Amino acid sequence: MSTDAGIAQSKIRNFCIVAHIDHGKSTLADRIIERTGLLTSREMQAQVLDNMDLERERGITIKAQAVRTIYKARNGEEYIFNLIDTPGHVDFNYEVSRSLAACDGAVLVVDAAQGIEAQTLANVYLALDHNLEVFPVINKIDLPSAEPDRVKNEIEDVIGIEAMDAPLISAKNGIGIDEVLEAIIEKIPAPSGDPDSPLKALIFDSLYDPYKGVIVFCRIMEGRVAKGTSIRMMATGAKFEVVEAGYFGAGQFIPCDELSAGMVGYITASIKNVKDTAVGDTITDAKNPCAEPLPGYKKVNSMVYCGIYPADGAKYPDLRDALEKLQLNDASLHYEPETSIALGFGFRCGFLGLLHLEIIQERLEREYNLDLVTTAPGVVYKVRKTDGEVIELTNPSNLPDPSVIEYMEEPVVSAEIMVTTDFIGPIMELCQERRGRYLGMEYLEETRALLKYELPLNEIIYDFFDALKSRSRGYASFDYELKGYEQSELVKLDILINREEVDALSFIVHKESAYERGRKMCEKLKEEIPRHLFEIPIQAAIGGKIIARETVKAVRKDVLAKCYGGDITRKKKLLEKQKEGKKRMRQIGNVEIPQKAFMSVLKLDDK
Amino acid sequence: MEKDGQKHLGIYIHIPFCVRKCFYCDFLSAPADEEEKARYVEALRTEIRGESGKYRDYTINTIFIGGGTPSLLETGSIGRILNRVYENYKVSRDCEISMEVNPGTVTWEKLADFKNSGGNRLSIGLQSAVDSELKALGRIHTFEDFLMTYELALKAGFCNINVDLMTAIPGQSVESLKKTLQRVTALKRMPAHISAYSLIIEEGTPFYEKRPELPDEDLERELYKITGDFLLSKGYRQYEISNYALPGYECRHNMVYWRRGSYAGFGTGAASMVENVRFCNTSDRKKYMERFLNNDNNFNIIQNDMDVNPDEFPIKNKNTYVTKEDFQKNLEGDLAKENVQALSIEEQMEEFMFLGLRMKAGVCKNEFLRIFGKTIDEVYPGIVEEFCERGLLALRKEGVPGEEWIALTPFGMDVSNRVMAEFLLTDTDI
Repeated sequence: MSTDAGIAQSKIRNFCIVAHIDHGKSTLADRIIERTGLLTSREMQAQVLDNMDLERERGITIKAQAVRTIYKARNGEEYIFNLIDTPGHVDFNYEVSRSLAACDGAVLVVDAAQGIEAQTLANVYLALDHNLEVFPVINKIDLPSAEPDRVKNEIEDVIGIEAMDAPLISAKNGIGIDEVLEAIIEKIPAPSGDPDSPLKALIFDSLYDPYKGVIVFCRIMEGRVAKGTSIRMMATGAKFEVVEAGYFGAGQFIPCDELSAGMVGYITASIKNVKDTAVGDTITDAKNPCAEPLPGYKKVNSMVYCGIYPADGAKYPDLRDALEKLQLNDASLHYEPETSIALGFGFRCGFLGLLHLEIIQERLEREYNLDLVTTAPGVVYKVRKTDGEVIELTNPSNLPDPSVIEYMEEPVVSAEIMVTTDFIGPIMELCQERRGRYLGMEYLEETRALLKYELPLNEIIYDFFDALKSRSRGYASFDYELKGYEQSELVKLDILINREEVDALSFIVHKESAYERGRKMCEKLKEEIPRHLFEIPIQAAIGGKIIARETVKAVRKDVLAKCYGGDITRKKKLLEKQKEGKKRMRQIGNVEIPQKAFMSVLKLDDK
Repeated sequence: MEKDGQKHLGIYIHIPFCVRKCFYCDFLSAPADEEEKARYVEALRTEIRGESGKYRDYTINTIFIGGGTPSLLETGSIGRILNRVYENYKVSRDCEISMEVNPGTVTWEKLADFKNSGGNRLSIGLQSAVDSELKALGRIHTFEDFLMTYELALKAGFCNINVDLMTAIPGQSVESLKKTLQRVTALKRMPAHISAYSLIIEEGTPFYEKRPELPDEDLERELYKITGDFLLSKGYRQYEISNYALPGYECRHNMVYWRRGSYAGFGTGAASMVENVRFCNTSDRKKYMERFLNNDNNFNIIQNDMDVNPDEFPIKNKNTYVTKEDFQKNLEGDLAKENVQALSIEEQMEEFMFLGLRMKAGVCKNEFLRIFGKTIDEVYPGIVEEFCERGLLALRKEGVPGEEWIALTPFGMDVSNRVMAEFLLTDTDI
């Protein structure tokens, strides 16, 4: 068994890489791992750290990952590098902040052509908030459009950190990687912390393993932990005995004798449920606890909810099992059973954001081979009733009767949008349409500005990002954080198909946009619902009052005129196709509704 | 199909030649030179003789020579083909013997040859009596050409004549359809039978590549209704979704298909169904010709079929019923046969329903029970009832006392695919 025990804190560097999406974070991580040994380039699957298929496909990091490598520096000394890869999406901001808290420094990657983007800023500020030492590297310098000097100036002007001697690199082509490695040793401080104090370790991620139970990723701040240590999670109160401690090889877990202050590694303790190992919680020694937990722990709440139903009602138990398994690895996924008149038995699921929702949905479909019907996502509303009770509304169908509602509140975010000056107009218009409250604008340089808005969360969870991209021809970037709840004039919009209310299609909307949304929703459903043998009215209603209507005309003709000779195979195929199409429908009353129609509300802004 | 203890068979003979493809046509048909046509006729004659061993127990009740344009074959060919049938099959005295002809390809001699060879029914492809519409369809003839052909057919002694019409032709209007219907029913002797199909754009046709502007759904249905009403007023009765006949002149060969009688198809691409085994000939003309022309080939199965000694045909006892298994065994390994498929009971049931429902008379509940030993309601619980409630199907007590029939209503016919799809029990994976 190898051990880090003999390694002095001064030879350890715990760091992460922060960047805007696509600026080359994961590629640089790969190069660092490759260059520091442990893994030859042949062994490397591109982007070692993003190990879910989905992550690789989407080019984003969903879960935090960590890897320990050994770097032999120019000064002849060997250093331990713990690289912690952080999720790169606003949905996972809290996870990002905990990963950052496990580091002592951060490498800021900025694209030499694109310069600073909204996520660059958000991530840098987050890193600086955690007192990390941040140093920049300029990536993609081999691109013809690279302007390293401009970008350096931008970094100094906008972020206010020293950038003139930033390494100029191409992670993709392996240029300048050695400079980055040396800079890590030079600029990022070694960890501190007393190995002889009571144990104080930060949980920054966890992973469920069917054999070992939960594998807890942690950074030891004070003290030490080894096999046999009795530990206690300070927030959840759960107690365990450590079975194994170790560090992260490339793609594997390598046991060691103990982890001590300054180190990054994992422990296992026959923990059955990730709920007991909340990200951000502090691990201490049950027998010799530390006085105070580490700051910054919070319970993560779901921001977005939707109903998930099996397309085939008989698959309900399969869906339940799949959700259970996914939750083992993802404590931020919440679900509870619910019943819809239209869709039958399913689950109301809570997510950190829309990306998180999409990821779970895709994993359910791919990894568990489930065919799903998903209802339109919504945010959590607070409904204050006349009797003083406040309910958190996650399913529009549960909205109490308007007569007992005193008022409603909706979540609001503060958003920062970075945009080239040409597109300020269209972007402001977009924010206005989405009920944004303008807070201000800063010019970062002559051609770029940072717009600050407050926006209702429910206006941005659907397609705001797409709209932003299309209205700025891809030049706008966007970041936000939850600000809080605000009172708002909200109504429930109901959809009636063939005069029957379809509960799964109801959604909450601001009073002023209700008419427009209702009209668009009816139009959209008219496109989605196939023609039947009878006319189908589609209506939008608020509290029983119809505000919009469309009609799906009846089929006049569906007949194979000529059925030539004795060859009936074609005729049968045609009939089969017809029958097959029906299988992908949901029967509501007499009407068959395609599964994707339940997501229609998401596409109301399609032009 | 067994009647009076006898087994009946329809024969279809395919002639895959035409002057030129029409814009809408996706049938197996193409222009060819005279030598090719002559060789094809010889291959066909070999096939007809070679296959006869399979059908020794059957009486032939209908023969249909279709295409393509059978009237394109040189004078005498049709007689040679039919004679080959008579030499090798038991053909009933009142056999319906039809041939498709196209205006402009028919001569007195060809009609006389067909008539003298026993032909008693002609099917003339007119499509429209309006020349601009004929042109829009890519037809090779005018209405005037049709009139000459029709005249000639009457003179040759044919009194059972079908005229093919088409609705939903690009540019067709209510007025132009009425003109066509009037012209056709004002002929000196009214055609005994009229087929009126609405144009469907099929893949692989010129219309598919360059889609013409077609009458919309509402107009198309109006044209369909006008056709039915007009023909009814002239004494025609609709007996199938697209077919109308003067009483007694329904096409018996067509009925074999809808009623699931046995039929054998000869020629390229021709489909057969015998003893609930469906199969079809290769559509590859080269392959077909090789199979039936080159007697030197070493294919055992060919030798087997071609040495016409019926007693050596692999069915052991000539009085035994030809079973499904016999048929399949015989068909497998035959290079000219494709898609051999022994129909399961479920497949037979669904076919009974969706083919039978094409007929105006519909399907007979009692017959279903007789054949399958189960009632329709047992196999399709609630479906007939539901469609009756929705006005798509109707029940009728008719014919033999105690018999009950299920048929599409006029509304049901308009949307018949929706109804028929509900009677499927199986999925094909062909």
